[in-house]
Amino acid sequence: MTKRFRPGQLVLLVVALVLAAVWLAPLAWAVATSLKPETETTKLPLRWFGSELTLDAYRLVLGTGGIVKWAINSTVTAVLVTLLTVLLSAMAAYGFARTHFRGRRTLLAVILAGIMVPPQVLMAPLFAEMVALGLVDTWWSIILPQVAAPLIVYVLFKFFQDVPPELEQAAFVDGAGRWRVFFTIVLPLSRPVLAAVSIFTFITTWNNFLWPFLVSTDPNTMTLPVGLANVVQGTFGLRYAQIMASVVLAGLPLLVVFVLFQRQIVRGVAHTGLAGQ
Amino acid sequence: MATTVAAPAAAPPAAGTKVRHAWTQHGLLFVVPFLAVYVAFLVWPVILGVRMSLSSVNIAGTNDGFVGFANYAEAFRAPLMWRSLWNTLVFTALSTVPLVLLGLGFALLVHHLRFVQWLWRLSFFGPFLLPSAVVSLLWLQMIYPPGYGLINGTLGIDVLWLGDPSVAMWAMVLTTVWWTVGFNFLLYLAALQSIPQHLYEAAAIDGANAWNRLRSITLPMLGRTTALIVVLQLLASLKVFDQIYLMTGGGPQDSTRSIIEYAYDTGFTGYRIGYASAVSYILFAIIVVVSLAQLRLFRKRAEGSS
Repeated sequence: MTKRFRPGQLVLLVVALVLAAVWLAPLAWAVATSLKPETETTKLPLRWFGSELTLDAYRLVLGTGGIVKWAINSTVTAVLVTLLTVLLSAMAAYGFARTHFRGRRTLLAVILAGIMVPPQVLMAPLFAEMVALGLVDTWWSIILPQVAAPLIVYVLFKFFQDVPPELEQAAFVDGAGRWRVFFTIVLPLSRPVLAAVSIFTFITTWNNFLWPFLVSTDPNTMTLPVGLANVVQGTFGLRYAQIMASVVLAGLPLLVVFVLFQRQIVRGVAHTGLAGQ
Repeated sequence: MATTVAAPAAAPPAAGTKVRHAWTQHGLLFVVPFLAVYVAFLVWPVILGVRMSLSSVNIAGTNDGFVGFANYAEAFRAPLMWRSLWNTLVFTALSTVPLVLLGLGFALLVHHLRFVQWLWRLSFFGPFLLPSAVVSLLWLQMIYPPGYGLINGTLGIDVLWLGDPSVAMWAMVLTTVWWTVGFNFLLYLAALQSIPQHLYEAAAIDGANAWNRLRSITLPMLGRTTALIVVLQLLASLKVFDQIYLMTGGGPQDSTRSIIEYAYDTGFTGYRIGYASAVSYILFAIIVVVSLAQLRLFRKRAEGSS
């Protein structure tokens, strides 16, 4: 469409700029504070910039804090959850969407009903189960419950249903088995939806708080959100620049991921959001 | 193009029955790995939770046995349970309205702008990508404090955001709206982009102005999305825990204690994990009712589009 520039656009632009500034202000304030000398972080009247720009807070946080270790734990657990979730969910979704076996409809109904179960209401029994299995304070206690994600099965199920049967038929005629068709035809064909689901799962897992908080008491297995929660509860209002440096360091990775994978994230949210939670 | 939830395709044309029979066993094998994890870490805990809620279990695993509905009865008699449930409903009501309206407003604004789309997306959606601990640290330490806090310091006011029982819940709503509105914004943006352009062209020929187009095309076309966003928002808000726990710990004077936090407190701080299960299942019941409403919505949606 070719439209001429109209004054209406200018008004909208100004409104959007003001709102965006308001929405970005807390983040900008975190960055600004993290770059100030510690003695100037709580000075009044408020100034966005201190007398000098300094990276001292970052040096201290990276040098002494557990933030690097927590980030590694978060990365490892989120990557494993994502890989396992996507692989197992895609297999299950394919089984439900494209194969026939006895009890298929019943099993599918059981799994779809699971979408209604919020993980938060299972914290007590799941914790008891982890204690019984001896998995508390291991990565597996963080990983396994998050892999049981019926919503992802549902999203992929809907997608696989729409894959044209002709694509599979041709391969079957050539003598390919179900597994080969799944791995060499269906999965490559589904790359966009798999990417969307992967990124959505990664973000959710990376940011999950309550469950990892319950099962990791050892600073060595804590994820980033849990480690930072300990910072929240352990601060006595003294080292604001360092606290904000931690905030920036912990918030930055996903913002970078967002800038890199904007389209997939938008699609991932649209997919999973529209599918319900 | 990115089709989102499409109608199910017709059943695949039957291949040779012999071949199809050979596939039969394979089908179950695809499902079994997920099913194992699902049963172990979702179905079993649901059952275990029912059993625990009917028993007197503490966190160390000591089980004083079956107590019937005593935990539920106690929960219904506990003033703090009712307070927490009430707080949760208040939070849900207060947060849903701005989260839906602002999500819609931002989406309409961004949809009609042709400049720097990435900047608007980053601004309005960015905060949603932050872990709750990051959001809590930021608002607790640098935005809300009296004096040097960004809000009070900038506006020259002196509000005890987190220390005043009549203000604290509003502070929680404000933080939550800032943090999570991006999700609704993106859902609305996706919905706006899928409205057929020819409707607007037809309206333009009829001489409809911007306000008329919004009122008689855009908003009606967003009806289902709105219904969906409202339900998703209700479900999300009923489960609120992280930011409240981290910023106020439920205080001051229990004014922000949510039902999940009450369950956490009784189970993991008070060690009565059976009682905590009962409290969780009371919330679960409410969530199931809302979810069933959502399912009905979907069925209508599916029927409407076929």
